[in-house]
Amino acid sequence: MKLELGKIMIKDVQFGEETKVEKGTLYVNKEKIKEMVLEDKRLIKADVELARPGESVRIAPVKDVIEPRVKVEGNGQVFPGIINKVKTVGEGRTHALVGSNVVTCGKIVGFQEGLIDMSGPTAKYTPFSKTNNVCVVIEGREDLETHEYEEAGRLAGLKVAAYIGEAGKKVEPDEIVTYETKPLLEQVAEYPDLPKVGYVHMLQSQGLLHDTYYYGVDAKVMVPTFMYPTEMMDGAIVSGNCVAPCDKVTTFHHFNNPVIEDLYERHGKDINFIGVVLTNENVWLMDKERSSDMTAKLCRHLGLDGVIITEEGYGNPDTDLMMNCQKVAQEDIDVVLITDEFPGRDGKSQSVADTVPEADALVSCGNGNVIEYFPPMDKVIGTLDYIETMIGGYEGSLKEDGSIEAEIQIIIASTIANGYNTLAAKGY
Amino acid sequence: MSKIKVVHYINNFFANIGGEEKADVPPEIREGKIGPGLALESSLGEEYEIVATAICGDSYFGENIEEAKETLMGMIEKYDPDLFVAGPAFNAGRYGTACGTMAKEVEEKLNIPVITGMYSENPGVDLFKQDIHIIETSISAAGMRKAMKKIADLGDKMVKEEEILSPQEEGYFERGIRVNYFNDVRGSKRAVDMLIKKMKKEEYNTEYPMPVFDRVDPMPAIKDLSKIKVALVTSGGVVPQGNPDKIESSSATKYGIYDISNLESMKKDDFMTIHGGYDRAFVTENPNLVVPLDVMREYEEEGVIGELADYFVTTTGTGTSVGNAKGFGEEFSKKLVEDGVGAVLLTST
Repeated sequence: MKLELGKIMIKDVQFGEETKVEKGTLYVNKEKIKEMVLEDKRLIKADVELARPGESVRIAPVKDVIEPRVKVEGNGQVFPGIINKVKTVGEGRTHALVGSNVVTCGKIVGFQEGLIDMSGPTAKYTPFSKTNNVCVVIEGREDLETHEYEEAGRLAGLKVAAYIGEAGKKVEPDEIVTYETKPLLEQVAEYPDLPKVGYVHMLQSQGLLHDTYYYGVDAKVMVPTFMYPTEMMDGAIVSGNCVAPCDKVTTFHHFNNPVIEDLYERHGKDINFIGVVLTNENVWLMDKERSSDMTAKLCRHLGLDGVIITEEGYGNPDTDLMMNCQKVAQEDIDVVLITDEFPGRDGKSQSVADTVPEADALVSCGNGNVIEYFPPMDKVIGTLDYIETMIGGYEGSLKEDGSIEAEIQIIIASTIANGYNTLAAKGY
Repeated sequence: MSKIKVVHYINNFFANIGGEEKADVPPEIREGKIGPGLALESSLGEEYEIVATAICGDSYFGENIEEAKETLMGMIEKYDPDLFVAGPAFNAGRYGTACGTMAKEVEEKLNIPVITGMYSENPGVDLFKQDIHIIETSISAAGMRKAMKKIADLGDKMVKEEEILSPQEEGYFERGIRVNYFNDVRGSKRAVDMLIKKMKKEEYNTEYPMPVFDRVDPMPAIKDLSKIKVALVTSGGVVPQGNPDKIESSSATKYGIYDISNLESMKKDDFMTIHGGYDRAFVTENPNLVVPLDVMREYEEEGVIGELADYFVTTTGTGTSVGNAKGFGEEFSKKLVEDGVGAVLLTST
């Protein structure tokens, strides 16, 4: 499977009568977006606001972040099985409006949505302070049940992102990157002397507002499977969860999975990147046993020599991470784990909830319990009403002047456990 | 300008009182510097002055820890120090323990910077490295000057509240405290590099060595539950409506104890959940799902359990550090025991 990813660099975002890309500026039609969001009768109010890097803007509570993309050549459309027909994607050509994002926000769904600061000392923790964001502020019907509200918000974001993505269809990309993974036997034969490496991608699937979708299938009802990495670049995986904000693998991150990108970087040079083993993080022990058994079985079946495993969330999923690590290692496959740490505000407690002796190679994505000061911003997109009950917030977090004191786990994707950021923790 | 005041702690040997035969001397304090204090003061420079030296025999300290600690604290406090230095103890085990104990105590009570020094195999290192900064020294006092230089440099930084660098840079034992920094390379790339090294059997360094948990062995099974008082304890975040003690929805720093003596079940008008780690929809409708008071009352009625305690204990489990959770447990289990509770039903979410 071969995919050309055309990157159209977006340097600014403005409102305009027509949604289009011109000389690196993305223009969006506000009314059209509002109309589109309100097609879903579960939502009664919608607004669109823009947030650019460096502005004194705070966005909260953020539900998902989605990069606008569009299929230019090849089968299917983005987000197959969710807002478009099910069709295998990952081949042909896709355009991405790199440097812009759709950010869904507004009245909270659960506790687990976070914030984005576009400037100030806490902007450095999230990649989305560096992108031009089209913020879709939603409000659900008052009688709307939580899960319905989550779904309405999720679909609204995906629809808007796909709509904006269309604007890039005919634009000449600034850069084209080609990614290719061949069918298994051919791929193995292509670099017979290089070690065969796979990526075990654990999808958040604890349920009850912690869900991820693969071609529209809820990850908690699937068994581990094998996929081409490029399928993800076309939106085969969509985030539907409200997991702790710092850990949230947004739909943006599924499009732009850093492990996949960095494995491709060494593909054909130091390693032979075979593909992605997709698994889940269910709460039942039987599910954990089954999924980790199957993950190890698949890794062996594919003849892998080494794997990188990433998780989404912390606490309970640490168990899945460690079970996967142990069982894969017992198949005589080298394992490296990526995770973030929660050793408490004093940094003195254990950083993970579970351990196995095989977890001897681990990359840290930072300590999420560290407390930071968030100075007041001139403008808030969404609302700060929920700050004190959001993950990372506490009583007294929100000050009268609009400043915030909270753990950095309140920031979207600040310690994301797939290695997207440079934040790390070390022992002092 | 007045100088920065230092109190120095040393043992019988370094105070020139005597060796093993004088290890039983009780606590005393003398004005000014003694023995290794000379090297300390000259390393600290002219801004500093050792105002007093506290002394105690190593065996005396070891045999009378609580009393010695209290007496020494009383003596040290009077000098109102800005910095407390103990030792260095090199490879002397009892001395190391005394230095660690006093440094930790002074930090807790006076809230001032404290520092000590030890050889890597001194048992005091493992006992205290998490609580205080311990400079790594040579095995014997031959390394005094070098050790004092490092102690003085780090102590000076602590007093002036300057940034303390990594254990390697400053020369102290890693305290196991996880501190954030921005790496030059993103995590995923570091993982790929690490995997390539691991597959080639080359040396690599994990960024987080696996921690050790103090697993608690389960108690033997209860023979006759019908005579036992049972309490409900939960990490599921169920609290009275309005969350009176403002327990956090994650990373809890407190727990609550709430009365249920007159209740037959947990009514949704009276209780709510503030837990941030699960979808609260079902528990909001029926708090008994997490604090099963309704079922426990039936068991009480049927005589399955002796009786139910008058209250339940609650906190939020999600993101709560092991350190905090352990602290809560140690505290409220005393109350449970005092109240004659013989068994606890722990519900998590």
